[in-house]
Amino acid sequence: MSYHVNEQGYYGDFGGAYIPEMLYPNVEELRQNYLKITSEESFRKEFDDLLRDYVGRPTPLYFANRLSEKYKTRIYLKREDLCHTGAHKVNNTIGQILLAKRLGKNRIIAETGAGQHGVATATVCALMGIECVVYMGEIDIERQAPNVARMKMLGATVVPATSGSKTLKDATNEAIRDWINNPTNTHYIIGSVVGPHPYPDMVARFQSVISREIKWQLKQVECREEPDYIVACVGGGSNAAGAYYHYLDQPEVNIIAVEAAGKGIDTGESAATSVLGKTGIIHGSKTLLMQTPDGQITEPYSISAGLDYPGVGPMHAHLYASGRGEFMSITDKQAMEAGLELSKLEGIIPAIETSHALAIFSQRKFNPADVIVVNLSGRGDKDLNTYINYFDL
Amino acid sequence: MKNRIQQKLSEDGKILSIYFTAGYPNINDTVPILRSLEENGVDMVEIGLPFSDPLADGPVIQASSTTALKNGMTTAKLFDQLKEVRKTVSIPLVLMGYFNPVLQYGVEAFCKQCEAIGIDGLILPDLPLAEYNLHYRPVFECHGLTNIFLITPQTSEERIREIDKASRAFIYMVSSASTTGKTSGFGTEHSDYFKRVSAMNLENPQVVGFGIKDRETYNTATQFTKGAIIGSAFIKMLNESGIKGIPNFVRSIRPV
Ligand SMILES: Cc1ncc(COP(=O)(O)O)c(C=O)c1O
Repeated sequence: MSYHVNEQGYYGDFGGAYIPEMLYPNVEELRQNYLKITSEESFRKEFDDLLRDYVGRPTPLYFANRLSEKYKTRIYLKREDLCHTGAHKVNNTIGQILLAKRLGKNRIIAETGAGQHGVATATVCALMGIECVVYMGEIDIERQAPNVARMKMLGATVVPATSGSKTLKDATNEAIRDWINNPTNTHYIIGSVVGPHPYPDMVARFQSVISREIKWQLKQVECREEPDYIVACVGGGSNAAGAYYHYLDQPEVNIIAVEAAGKGIDTGESAATSVLGKTGIIHGSKTLLMQTPDGQITEPYSISAGLDYPGVGPMHAHLYASGRGEFMSITDKQAMEAGLELSKLEGIIPAIETSHALAIFSQRKFNPADVIVVNLSGRGDKDLNTYINYFDL
Repeated sequence: MKNRIQQKLSEDGKILSIYFTAGYPNINDTVPILRSLEENGVDMVEIGLPFSDPLADGPVIQASSTTALKNGMTTAKLFDQLKEVRKTVSIPLVLMGYFNPVLQYGVEAFCKQCEAIGIDGLILPDLPLAEYNLHYRPVFECHGLTNIFLITPQTSEERIREIDKASRAFIYMVSSASTTGKTSGFGTEHSDYFKRVSAMNLENPQVVGFGIKDRETYNTATQFTKGAIIGSAFIKMLNESGIKGIPNFVRSIRPV
């Protein structure tokens, strides 16, 4: 079985491009060009140079000594939190801005949940001198205020999304509507492995630098390229897709995907799509999504803005349906405690999204000899307020 | 055999079609609105199945969908309301909605219900041509339904011809690159586009939608095409005047 996208834009039964005709020319332009452009020598060089000199790659693969000791296993952290702008999101925005330039676009739009993708997009737009508009749910604007300020300082316009649950799903709707209204000069930089084909594959390829580095880094310290487990949190699933990418076809590497259970799977306030979702169509992709029996998309909930999304990318729907990935859900409380624990044990304050991935160690046993790589997708600066209020610090 | 849409389109004269969201402003307004539209000379109606995340719609239709869902509108409820509609309404009826609710109802079951009721066509903007041809065309056609495709000013001539080939009723011409409800009116770029497509001599007539709000925009849109569809402007009128505003609204667009 293949876990990569096929010619038609599908991962197993999931994917495709369920878009209104208004978006067809844009998406088709991308589909016809993304592989050609991104494999050009000049593109590869510019992309690699920027990842090295601007983003600060390769990011370290760090053996977490005290965390490993506590859970009696071998835990490595892939330090995407050390990327410029503080999360993995910038790997993708660098790739897409270079692509947008080559397609002759002079205006960029993006959606953002936690604000990390918005900041990463505003950053590359500043770098290239291109106009940038970021859509962000009204609730997220409140809970991720530092990132809103950063986007503004970088010269982006932040537009509040006021419909629905006023979070990531609604920001994505607004970005898509903007694209419909501005079809010729605008490129939409989607922030995760979601949306119509070719976005999921394109974003996964840009993020795949994560597992490419893990391979050689692990080889240096463990004498093998393959960990026993690779772990990542899944909102839309881009940091996970990047961390899994070069291991997808190696069944000896166990994949663990961690979703946000919110206040608990059965509370009605959750974002655990693999448990609560059914196959349907969201944002142009056939995938698993949370919905009513009547096919209305459900408002999700998570304390973490970046995981507060009612769907997952089609690659992850396929990993789930095929049994290739093990899916776990972590509550707000478990995540917050894991975030505090990592801060105290390792001196690293993680983003709350990432804290979900770290929380699996209190929920699941590993063997002492297991080598586990957790993708530390982002740092927690943006979440200080939430941490402080939650723990009364 | 011609279905009601094809029959209507083969007659002389221009088409005035109205879109409204089922379950809005009140849950039980669906059939009364349909009757009033027919009585006042509207030629065809698009009944909107409300969706939580209507990507191609502007604020007016978004808000009407949200209200309709709050009012309790569902696919099953709409089918129930329309059960006996053909006893009193004879103009062509098209259901317009997003694909996910159809998928959850079951595409075949959905088409069966449409056939039983006497629905003539479907507009599902996010069901793309390729998917339709690959998976759904036989089911639609077995139940006497035709899927109506959109084109925009950005659609290439080659693709317009492809869409023409797949169409069995009319081509829905989106007036400009926009979501529904833009109110800036039409200029020469719009007329040029209507003229350009009209000059392609397509198999299927074209009906223009998006941005038609009054007599002037209706006249511009229908100068080179078979008809026009009004959505947001009609819903705005319903907000202000309710069902009793329908006669005046229709006359304001197209005098008797
Ligand atoms: C640090 C961090 N991790 C994870 C995510 C979730 O996104 P994805 O699942 O695409 O990696 C986000 C999204 O904002 C994020 O900021």
